[in-house]
Amino acid sequence: MAGRPLSPHLTIYRWPMTMAMSIAHRVTGSALYVGTLLLAWWLIAVASGPTAYATFQMVAGSWIGRLVLFGYTWALVHHMIGGIRHLVWDTVHGLEPGERDWWARATLFGSVALTILLWLLAYFITGGLRS
Amino acid sequence: MTMRTPLARVRGLGASRTGTDHFWWQRMTAVANVPLTIAGIVIVISLLGRNHAATAQILASPLIAIILLLFILSITNHMRIGMQVIIEDYVHEEKLKIALIMLNVFYVVAIFIASAFAILKLSFGV
Repeated sequence: MAGRPLSPHLTIYRWPMTMAMSIAHRVTGSALYVGTLLLAWWLIAVASGPTAYATFQMVAGSWIGRLVLFGYTWALVHHMIGGIRHLVWDTVHGLEPGERDWWARATLFGSVALTILLWLLAYFITGGLRS
Repeated sequence: MTMRTPLARVRGLGASRTGTDHFWWQRMTAVANVPLTIAGIVIVISLLGRNHAATAQILASPLIAIILLLFILSITNHMRIGMQVIIEDYVHEEKLKIALIMLNVFYVVAIFIASAFAILKLSFGV
């Protein structure tokens, strides 16, 4: 690798919103890659029977379990909205200076708002902290 | 010794017409993931607060099972392609890179088979 010309170091740039969201897209994607284990575990637990399901529920319902699931929800929603933004950009729309920042901001605020909304809905359905 | 000209090779072989396969499937699965993820979230929310018997019964219903199977198929393929890009971006040592790319496939296939098996087991009983 040595001796080849390299592109300018990324660290010298001020972080624009689009760059931050590009990195966030990759980070949330990686988190979901690992987090899919939880989805597999949940399905296997249900298929295995009440005892295995109770173990899953105990872990998922714990303080740390809920924190991880909250993070998983945000990563999922963020990656989905970010993905939609990329699909729009694939059609060569929304790439003008003001537009691309709008999309990057919408990804962040939209994902945070939607995650909180989903969890409020979940708590409303289960009737509080301890269901 | 081949009698084919370089032009003929480029036209018919190599990455020709399949070079964008990776890019294309990442988009294909991305588009599929959007409605499937929304459906998945709706399913999970509708299961909140239910006991094991009710959860198992709902997951076993054909429509829910089919949606979940499509979801797991689409996301595991999306995961495989996405993680491969990340590996290729950051791992430059050839042997390690190949090992990680293989591990990536093992991981997503295991996730797919385990999840699909669980869903089918619930649907077909026993």
